[in-house]
Amino acid sequence: MMKHPDETIDHGRRAWFGLAAGVTAAVAAPGVILQIASADPDPAPVTAAARWGLLIDTNKCAAGCRDCVDACDRENGLDRQSKPPSQSPAAWTDQKAVWVRKVKLADDLTGRVTNLPLMCQHCEHPPCVDVCPTGASFKRADGIVVVDRHICIGCRYCMMACPYQARSFVHEPMHDQLTQVPRGKGCVESCNLCVSRRDHGLASTACADACAAAGKGAIVFGDLKDPASPISLALRAMPSRQLREDLALNTGVRYAGV
Amino acid sequence: MARVLMSIPAWGCLGLTLLGLCWTLTAQDALAGDAPRFVQPGSRAAALGACVESTAFMRRNHMELIKHQRDATVHQGIRGTRYSLAGCIDCHVSHTPDGQPVAVNEKQQFCSACHAFAAVKVDCFDCHSGVPRGGPARSSGGQGGGVPEGDLRGSGQ
Repeated sequence: MMKHPDETIDHGRRAWFGLAAGVTAAVAAPGVILQIASADPDPAPVTAAARWGLLIDTNKCAAGCRDCVDACDRENGLDRQSKPPSQSPAAWTDQKAVWVRKVKLADDLTGRVTNLPLMCQHCEHPPCVDVCPTGASFKRADGIVVVDRHICIGCRYCMMACPYQARSFVHEPMHDQLTQVPRGKGCVESCNLCVSRRDHGLASTACADACAAAGKGAIVFGDLKDPASPISLALRAMPSRQLREDLALNTGVRYAGV
Repeated sequence: MARVLMSIPAWGCLGLTLLGLCWTLTAQDALAGDAPRFVQPGSRAAALGACVESTAFMRRNHMELIKHQRDATVHQGIRGTRYSLAGCIDCHVSHTPDGQPVAVNEKQQFCSACHAFAAVKVDCFDCHSGVPRGGPARSSGGQGGGVPEGDLRGSGQ
């Protein structure tokens, strides 16, 4: 093969790229090292000093994109569940555990379509906690609403009480669970804001990371009580709403552009 | 004569009872002698002198430690301490010759061997993984909490 004259190496261009890579590494490295260093679990109980939440900018949420859903499935081992042989594919689609759903809102008058990921809204006054007969559904001090599977009896009252249909029930025996995300038959479950990441001091959630990695940046995770956190600054800067704000649940997940 | 005939079955019963008792005791001795093998060869636990508490304490009370820890973990977010179930599994899991971990609740493995003998159903692994598996937040150190190698009882007493 003959070499095309235009393919000769431009050493000046290479040096510039090398310099750019070096500068990028120098800027990014302290953040990376900080994250690794803080990955050890914190032995202290969580406190109400923080309240974790999400801000979802629906203007940046693309139709058909499922990156946040897939990232959630991988993070929590939901991609390890399989259809029972006796169940029809349609029934399985309805019944398998889903912690984040992509929802499409269409305004009949204007025709405007909005896409958004819908997960547990981590209410300050969660209806699922109100109705739970055993205390399995509870709110941690840092505002994360979780199911304690050790005391969940699988009555699914919380699933009926949730205005967002955010909860799933595990109908079949589970295999191959992840160490950080125990899941099993007979319990209700939902988004827990990547609770093991919180306890290990990591910075973000799987869905927010995936959305940022896809270049969308529609999901911002952070501490709603910290006025300097990115989520608080974003909430101050742009108009946002709670879904079903008429219920006065003071949700920890807020939406812009709905 | 009749009296002698009556006594033969009676002595026989007594003898059989004694024989059965001796056999039961011997069997229990044999099982007690076999107990160390339930710490699986090739696991990290096999190389250590003691668990997070003394072996005798752990045999009787491990479930209380795990139960207390589970509440602290789920409700207060306290993870990776000395009594975490993930720590148990990290240390007690054995491996196949080609390096694949074997779940602690599989037949003749660390948890199931004793639980089968004691006829106590273990529910942990309906939800929890029996092998260390995945997750970016998972610390590779296993028992966490800065427990030194050699004797896990060394810290936090």
